[in-house]
Amino acid sequence: MSLDIFLQNVANSITLGSLYALIAIGYTMVYGIIRLINFAHADLLMVAAYIAFYGMLIFTLPWYISFAIAIVLTTLLGVSIERVAYRPLRSAPRISVLISAIGVSFLLQNLGIVAIGARPKAFPRPEELVWNIQIGNISFLSLTILIPVVTIILLVLVTFMVKKTKMGIAMRAVSRDFETSSLMAVNVNKVIAATFAVGSALAAVGGIMWSMQYPQVDPLMGLFPGLKCFIAAVMGGIGSIPGAMIGGFVLGICEVMLVGFMPELSGYRDAFAFIVLILILLFRPGGILGENVVEKV
Amino acid sequence: MAEILRTEQLSMEFGGLRAVADLDLTINEGEIIGLIGPNGAGKTTVFNVITGVYRPTTGRVIFAGQDITGWRPDQITAQGIARTFQNIRLFNTMSVLENVMIAKHVRLKATLSEAILGLPRYRKARQEHYQECLELLEKVQLDDVAFEQATSLPYGKQRRLEIARALATEPKLLLLDEPAAGMNPQESLELMEFVQRIRQEFDLTVFMIEHHMEVVMGVCQRIYVIDYGVNLAEGNPEEIQNNEKVIEAYLGAVDTNA
Amino acid sequence: MEGRARLELMLTLIVVLLTFGVLYIAQGNMNSFYIRVLNLAAIYAILALSLNLILGFTGMFSLGHAGFMCIGSYVAAILTMSPASKEIIYFMEPIHPWLANVEWPIWPAILLGGIIAALFGFLIGFPALRLRDDYLAIATLGFAEIIRIVVTNVIPITNGALGLKNIPSVDSLLVYWGCAIITIFVLMRIINSSWGYAFKAIRDNEIAAQAMGINIFKHKLMSFTIGAFFAGIAGALMSFLITSIDPTMYRFTFTFQILLIVVLGGMGSLSGSVIAAVIFSIAMEVLRFVEQPMNLLGMEVPGIPGMRMVIFSLALLLIILFYRRGLMGTNEFNWSWVLNRLGIRSSHRVKRGEAN
Repeated sequence: MSLDIFLQNVANSITLGSLYALIAIGYTMVYGIIRLINFAHADLLMVAAYIAFYGMLIFTLPWYISFAIAIVLTTLLGVSIERVAYRPLRSAPRISVLISAIGVSFLLQNLGIVAIGARPKAFPRPEELVWNIQIGNISFLSLTILIPVVTIILLVLVTFMVKKTKMGIAMRAVSRDFETSSLMAVNVNKVIAATFAVGSALAAVGGIMWSMQYPQVDPLMGLFPGLKCFIAAVMGGIGSIPGAMIGGFVLGICEVMLVGFMPELSGYRDAFAFIVLILILLFRPGGILGENVVEKV
Repeated sequence: MAEILRTEQLSMEFGGLRAVADLDLTINEGEIIGLIGPNGAGKTTVFNVITGVYRPTTGRVIFAGQDITGWRPDQITAQGIARTFQNIRLFNTMSVLENVMIAKHVRLKATLSEAILGLPRYRKARQEHYQECLELLEKVQLDDVAFEQATSLPYGKQRRLEIARALATEPKLLLLDEPAAGMNPQESLELMEFVQRIRQEFDLTVFMIEHHMEVVMGVCQRIYVIDYGVNLAEGNPEEIQNNEKVIEAYLGAVDTNA
Repeated sequence: MEGRARLELMLTLIVVLLTFGVLYIAQGNMNSFYIRVLNLAAIYAILALSLNLILGFTGMFSLGHAGFMCIGSYVAAILTMSPASKEIIYFMEPIHPWLANVEWPIWPAILLGGIIAALFGFLIGFPALRLRDDYLAIATLGFAEIIRIVVTNVIPITNGALGLKNIPSVDSLLVYWGCAIITIFVLMRIINSSWGYAFKAIRDNEIAAQAMGINIFKHKLMSFTIGAFFAGIAGALMSFLITSIDPTMYRFTFTFQILLIVVLGGMGSLSGSVIAAVIFSIAMEVLRFVEQPMNLLGMEVPGIPGMRMVIFSLALLLIILFYRRGLMGTNEFNWSWVLNRLGIRSSHRVKRGEAN
């Protein structure tokens, strides 16, 4: 492998890793608070991408307005999903909530197919954001820099929010002990809604950047990135925000490098993440940063 | 009296927190022993370590001369230790009789294919267990509700069903985790008689955690007191009642300046 | 055996015989489209029953069913296809020489499909069943995807993404419903046996079950392997029904459909699964109209592709939110209930817990 190609791969893997990290945070925050794999999280990427797509193409809005609308609407959708499909089942067996989450995910995917057709569509790249950069022999897209930068800014903001703001402290309290927090006059419903809002907004940003990087949208586009980001969250230690970031980057880098160094295995690329997941669950179920909890008897 | 259970320097840590520390217990065959201590003293953890729910951080558990440290709970049950739970854990979807019959599953001398084909060996074994369990329910006076849903029973009977279910595993040692919890004095009294009766009838050794002092003092021959996972005192009910360390642990340090 | 039990056994036998009679007559008189729908219903029933054993009776949230089915489908297809069509179909890379000239009859191929799926169930269950709830769900989903990806990539055996065509076609109701009835019978025997109660004990309270001496891991693995076996059988039947398969069929979407059937019928009810499978298969066909253009009051309304799955996803959500027990809850169809309704009383007190 030549140095140029290697550097190209490094750049690609950091971009992919950033996207994974951004989306993984939503999974980890939701799991931390209500112990649920929010299957629908993956489909929020798709929803955000499509809203941005239609905003720019059909309503010919400027990209920043389309993106803003996409982020706002996706956030509202994420919060409504919790309100409608998860909150009524809070005292139900865990399997029921999971089934509900899977149901929502399928509903969104199929609504996507019904509303916009199963065929992939090309996503327009705004000229102000995407251009070619040439350094020596290497040429790359501005996105290669833009995506990690946006990701890092958002990660810093989220970390700040969770560590310093009142809502962030309440979130950590609820994730530690649901019942005690509600006794301590923490409005649990509000905290959960806020968690879904933050997670969904990040998913929306992730979805928009995803569709700029791989300029195509289709109703099932969230499925695999979503599963992989969940895996990234588990790798980092579910419930831990820095863990999700690390997991996302590690997974993105490994995936790109695997295909880069062993092209003959590229057919197995999607299996790789699952193999990693299974190994982690078996040998270090708490993840890289997580703690292993013992069930109370 | 022959020793049946011994723990040696038993410790259990949860992420730096020592729930049980260097605990030495000895229980002899046929005894009824109490384990008491303030809330959060680590009593249930002791049970969980003995029955294999947790693997102890250090130390050993020896049952009937056999080192059972680190065995799985089902292996320990097979060896002859049965238990009940502080928060009742019945099989919600099953009848009283079915709850008890679960304990007989491991004793079934037939294979799954014999069950699928309905061969006589399976049917006979199952029928025998059915009879045994009905008889057991008679002995604990639950036969009148044998076909009721377990969760439809009143609280006291659910507790008794937990004990019956434990007895069905044919134990030598029975661990009772707060059997009188939530009972009024009259019910506690009946429970005490019940425990003494089954100890006789099933030739058991009983080790119980209990908060109701009148129950512990009334039925136990010897009592262990633990606090913060440490063995605080040991002795017969009288000795324990007069032990200063025990009184202190329960009432808090006596403030001499008051 | 008391009189009442004998009567119930007789009724069961009569119903089974009647079913076969009806199937025989239907085979001769119904058009091939209806027969196909009924056969599909039988396959869905087997799938739902086997997932229900894992999910509803043992309480393990497995989402790997499509993977086991995939294995059954491919095993049965490769074993039964004629050497001539194998030569034509495997044009990217020739088929592995060991498999090139194999041409088995359908029954041993169905059985081996089940056995190999069970073997995979065992191997996957061994690591995965240490996990619980959502972790188990995501791990089994992962394994199913790995199976699918491997099938897509081992071209000399599976012909990769192009899939297999010209699989021998079987359209006999007796084959599909015969398998379904055997599945019902075997699973009924299992769940009413001592093992079935052990599974249910694990579902109801794992810690208590273990305290009763039950080896949790062994029993979970057993239930999981049996479930995988029947999923493999269903997969094999699927090959013979649709005669051409490819890896994309066995996506997670398929597991979702089976999950929907299990939830609709009631997690923990075999009869519920069978009823729901029939309803689902018929609904799939009846609702086809929403995806086709139609003429409403003179107006041409275009078809909406994908609408059926929207309806099914909504149905799943509504059931889980408002009617969690499904059609049957954890109840089973039983003769006592029917007979009591008909006013045929038993002379003895009905012992619900009768050993079986």
